[in-house]
Amino acid sequence: MAIARFWRETPRRYNLGGSRCTNCRTVYFPPRSVCPTCSTHRQSIGKLEPFQLSGEGEVITYSVVHDAAEGFEMQVPYVVALVRTREGPTLTGQVVDVDPHTVRIGLKVRATFRKLREDGRAGVIHYGYKFAPADSGGAAPAPRGPRGTAPVAPGPGAGAARA
Amino acid sequence: MDAGIVSYGAYVPRYRITPEEIGKVWGTDGTAMGQGLNVHRKSVPAPDEDTITISTEALRTALLRGAIDPQELGAIYVGSESHPYAVKPTASVVAQAVGATPNLTAADFEFACKAGTAAIQTCLGLVASGMIRYGVAIGSDTSQGAPGDALEYSASAGGAALVIGRERVIAQVHRTLSYTTDTPDFWRREGQRYPSHGGRFTGEPAYFRHVGECARRIMEEVGTTPRDYAHVVFHQPNGKFPQRIGKQLGFTDEQMRYGLVTPYIGNTYSGAALLGLANVLDRAAPGQRILVVGYGSGAGSDAFDIETTDEIARFDRSYGLPVQEYLDQGIELNYATYAKYRGKIHMGGT
Repeated sequence: MAIARFWRETPRRYNLGGSRCTNCRTVYFPPRSVCPTCSTHRQSIGKLEPFQLSGEGEVITYSVVHDAAEGFEMQVPYVVALVRTREGPTLTGQVVDVDPHTVRIGLKVRATFRKLREDGRAGVIHYGYKFAPADSGGAAPAPRGPRGTAPVAPGPGAGAARA
Repeated sequence: MDAGIVSYGAYVPRYRITPEEIGKVWGTDGTAMGQGLNVHRKSVPAPDEDTITISTEALRTALLRGAIDPQELGAIYVGSESHPYAVKPTASVVAQAVGATPNLTAADFEFACKAGTAAIQTCLGLVASGMIRYGVAIGSDTSQGAPGDALEYSASAGGAALVIGRERVIAQVHRTLSYTTDTPDFWRREGQRYPSHGGRFTGEPAYFRHVGECARRIMEEVGTTPRDYAHVVFHQPNGKFPQRIGKQLGFTDEQMRYGLVTPYIGNTYSGAALLGLANVLDRAAPGQRILVVGYGSGAGSDAFDIETTDEIARFDRSYGLPVQEYLDQGIELNYATYAKYRGKIHMGGT
C-alpha cells in the first residue's frame, strides 16, 4: 500500500476517528463532510464535527478465513467480522485473541491496536484497529482532548447511525 | 522530589507456552528447567503484536484510568530492546495512537532491560523542573531467545506505561538513584536476530552486583532499611534472581510477593520491573513504601524510593485488566504454533 494513502487514513485506523452531524446526530465512519441522512444535504454542510468511536460493539456476522489474504498466512484460520459499534456505524475488522470456533453472532468485542500488515521485510509497518473479545484486557482508544481533531473527509461505504 | 506516578496501565499478550513444551522439542527436561528458573509459563505475542501495539494498549489504559487528556502529555518515552524499526521511533506511533500528537517530545530509549526505568527518570526530571505537565514512561518488549538457548524458556512479551506528573499523584517518588558500569553480560550486535550472553557471567558481576549496590545505596541515601518497605520490586530476568537478591538484602517473601510476576508470564525485559510495580500498585494501600530496582545488561541499575498517597484509594482501575488477570489467564500454545507466531520458521523467499 502506498505510504501516503495509509498515512492519510491514520486518524481512522489508529483512533476510529469518524464524524457526527450536529444537525441530526448521525455518526459516520469513515468520516463524511456532508450528511446523507439529513432531508436536504445542504442543511448539513459545515455541521459535521470530528467524533471518535468508543471501539465497543458486537459481532453481527463473521467469516472464518482459511485461504489467507497475502500477509495473513501466519494467522490462518482467522476471523473477519462485521462489528456494530455502540455508536451505530458497522465496521469490518479482524477478531483476534480468540479461538475461531468460539466466535458467535452477538459476541461483545472492543477495538484493539494491532499490526495490520508489513510492506515486506524492509518496508513500512502499518498499524490500526482490530477487535478482541471485550473481556480480554487492553482498552479502547482514549478519548480525544479538546485540541485533538480527526480530519473530516468523505469516505466511500460509510457506516452511519444516530448517536 | 516534586513528581510521582499519576496513573499506570499494563498489557500482556494472551498466548502462553510452558517450559515443558519447549523442553520436549530440544530434548531437555523442561520441567526441571522451569523449576530452576522459577518460570512456569511465559507470554507469547500474537503475530500482529509488537512493542508498538503493547505500548499503545498499556498507555491507553493508563490514560483512561487517570482521566488524562492525551493532549496534556508533554513527553512519551518508550524503553525497549525490541523496537520494530531500527530507524523510526516507536514513541511517535504510540503518541499518534493515543491522540497525543503533535505538541510533545517523543523518543525511544534503549538500555537492555532498564530502558523503561531510565524513561521514568527522564520524565521525573522534566516534570519536577516544570518543563512539562505529564510525561509518559513505557517499558515494553517482545523479547526473543535463540531456539534451544536457555533464554528461550523465559524471554516473553509485555509492557506497562506510567504517567508521571505533579497533580493527583497516587505514588510519590522520593528519590531515584542509578549505578552504571561497563559490564558485557548480555548483548545483541546490529543485524543479529537473537541476543548473546555470558552464561553464568550474567549473575554475580552483573545482575547481583548492580541491583545489590543500587538498592543499598538508595536505602543509605534516604535513610531506610528493608523493614520500611511494604513492597519491593526487582528486575526479574527469571523468577530466581530477584528472590535471591531480595534475601541477600534482607527482604521477606511477603515483601517480594506482588512485585514478582516473571514466574507466571516470563521475562518481559524492559516491561518486567514496571509490570511488577503495576501489580503492586493494583493492591497497594495509601502510605505504603515501595522500593523498585531495575536492571539492564551492559550494565546498570535504576532504583526508586516510592510512597503511595491517599489518592491511590480513589484511583479508578475499572479500565483495562489488573495485572493478576494477565498472570492467571492465557491460551496455551504448542511449540510449533509458537515457532510460527515468533517467526522462527524459515518460509523461503526473501
